[in-house]
Amino acid sequence: MTKNIVLAQGNGGQENAELISKIFYKHFKNEILEKSEDAAIIDGGRLAFTTDSFTVSPIFFDGGDIGKLSICGTCNDLAMMGAKPAYMTCAVIVEEGFSIDDLEKIVRSMKKELEVNQALIVCGDTKVVPRGSVDKIFINTTGVGIVQKSGISSNCVSEADTIIISNQIGRHGATIFANREGMEFSSALQSDCTSLWPLVEKLLSEGIRITAMRDATRGGVAAVLNEWAKQSAVCIEVQEESLPVSDEVRGICEILGFEAYNLANEGTFVLAVKSEDAAKAVAILQEFEEARYASIIADVTHQYDGRVVLLSAWGSKRFMDLPTGELLPRIC
Amino acid sequence: MSSLELKDLYDGFRDPDVIKGYQKLIAAEAKKLDRNVNIMEVCGGHTHTIMKYGLTQLLPENINFIHGPGCPVCIMPKERVDHAYVLAMQPDVILLTLGDMIKVPGSHGSLQDARAKGADVRYVYSPMDALKIAEENSDKKIVFFAIGFETTTPMTAALLDVVIKRGINNIFFHINHVTVPEVMKELIDSRDEHVNSYDHRIDAFIGPSHVSVISGSKIYELFSIEYHIPVVVAGFEPVDVMEAIYMMMKQFNEGRSDLEIQYKRLVTPEGNLKAQALIEHYFEKVSLFKWRGMGNVPNSGLKLRDEFAAYDAEVLFENILPYDEIDDHKLCICGDILRGFAKPQECSVFGTACKPSSPLGSCMVSSEGACAAYYKYGNLI
Ligand code: SF4
Ligand code: SF4
Repeated sequence: MTKNIVLAQGNGGQENAELISKIFYKHFKNEILEKSEDAAIIDGGRLAFTTDSFTVSPIFFDGGDIGKLSICGTCNDLAMMGAKPAYMTCAVIVEEGFSIDDLEKIVRSMKKELEVNQALIVCGDTKVVPRGSVDKIFINTTGVGIVQKSGISSNCVSEADTIIISNQIGRHGATIFANREGMEFSSALQSDCTSLWPLVEKLLSEGIRITAMRDATRGGVAAVLNEWAKQSAVCIEVQEESLPVSDEVRGICEILGFEAYNLANEGTFVLAVKSEDAAKAVAILQEFEEARYASIIADVTHQYDGRVVLLSAWGSKRFMDLPTGELLPRIC
Repeated sequence: MSSLELKDLYDGFRDPDVIKGYQKLIAAEAKKLDRNVNIMEVCGGHTHTIMKYGLTQLLPENINFIHGPGCPVCIMPKERVDHAYVLAMQPDVILLTLGDMIKVPGSHGSLQDARAKGADVRYVYSPMDALKIAEENSDKKIVFFAIGFETTTPMTAALLDVVIKRGINNIFFHINHVTVPEVMKELIDSRDEHVNSYDHRIDAFIGPSHVSVISGSKIYELFSIEYHIPVVVAGFEPVDVMEAIYMMMKQFNEGRSDLEIQYKRLVTPEGNLKAQALIEHYFEKVSLFKWRGMGNVPNSGLKLRDEFAAYDAEVLFENILPYDEIDDHKLCICGDILRGFAKPQECSVFGTACKPSSPLGSCMVSSEGACAAYYKYGNLI
């Protein structure tokens, strides 16, 4: 590892994982933490518990803002463990000089998203720091959810499962890039930032047998699939053309040299469900506007255990790589 | 930009039927050949396309790709990276560069490490972004660490042009632009020194289209005429590369060594004359430029002409820049890879001590470097 923290260590990819295991896991070691799930399952399996900090820049982007994100992000982590979001905390660090209007706008959009999840902020904290100490505003939220369905875990994916994606991929990452760099794209490019509990609730109530779920945030779909392949010691074979990617995202990827499956999502998740339930799960998801492009993307095999393989439409194959380093645009 | 135009960028160039069609045509041509052929991609962008789309898996066994010098990032010697590092560490400097350059390790570390230590290092999408940064930081010296083949050189020249015309006095240039034909020549000429030269001969070159959009295809004439090596200037989509290979196979079978353009969408023999004039106005050749792993290559680099020395960071910071020669890591065989003598897996530390997250050599640094491409996509057959 490097001597000083580098940006790449926060990318949700390899360096990030290494930093967490070599520093935090080493000292905080315990059984619950080591499961390395989206949310910790506590209280004898009754509750799910998770936390996340939000530092996105720009703070207002097409399709959302840091406030909406701070509620979606944490509630989605709970939802991914089959838990209904219930109670939340909210800690805000604001830079001196920040506009009160903007702050209220952010808080209002948090409120709106809380309603979608039927969750409550029950305690919080506010710190104001001198100009330059943070980039405008950082928000941390912690959430507690009530487990509705236990046993969902990314350690149990097997050949009996089929892998589904809930929507078009890479939209959040592409939007942030475009907004940050002031690129003008058609308004159709929007972050997928959304709350997932309503979708999960419906899947559960319809009796879909879900093995694992994970929202594909930093590191994108590639990070989720690679983690599952490793944690469950299986090979995930993705049919490349089945990955739903919007034209706008594909265009940005072309220009900057990115892969849509490496870009972050904030309202798109990957599911492993029992193969017999896959078609039904897709149909249920597609009823939701935010999962209109849900589709089956991969099978689970043992061809190359621990790896994710991409199958091209012209019969060649290769690995789907785990993102490494900071996402940097290519040179030419 | 509308989404429709964006779609035009790739639509049709990844069509499975077209790719499979070329696969058949190539196989038929390959059967007529009684020998193996080595095709070198000069640019890492092609290496990347070949690996990413699994094209080797579609080709008959007698076609072998050898990966060339690749990329202005890959070939940046430690000495130059150290320049960037030292400049970045100056308290009154903001160092700008392009993409992957931030990750290349020098002897003190990479620009990414410098940034972690507090240096102001930024990557820009276009050199023109420097203008805004310079305006917002009028108390700072903005140093543009310019890298790239013929493709990015005009952008650097255009920035200098604006800087001079507007009388901006806080943007400086550290020039590391390199040129493709000279290194190709070096690759062929240096072959005689190697015992194995028959096996490792280069039978054809795939020329990078983006270079020729600027410089025209004419820069490769020498190879088809004097060296009798076919050159096909090709785009970066899988269909482009497959078509280029088919064109080469036909040349072999017909006993030709021509310079052909596959990428007719944007490449002409003359190239972009305006861009060439701009480059000519501001830059001149340096007699030797050191390429990482390959040593000094004659006439392969550019520098600012003396009249523009006032904008040259190497002049302005002469007193603090280190000039010692530095050797590459002993185990690293990047030099042989860049020359097409070895494949990444032949390196003893490939994938173990050397990975994209902790690269020992340049081929692993740039995401388009040969080692990085092999590491990322694996070689499944
Ligand atoms: S950055 Fe990529 S496309 Fe550009 S020269 Fe390097 S390898 Fe080729
Ligand atoms: S694997 Fe690493 S050390 Fe070996 S040649 Fe490639 S870059 Fe150099």
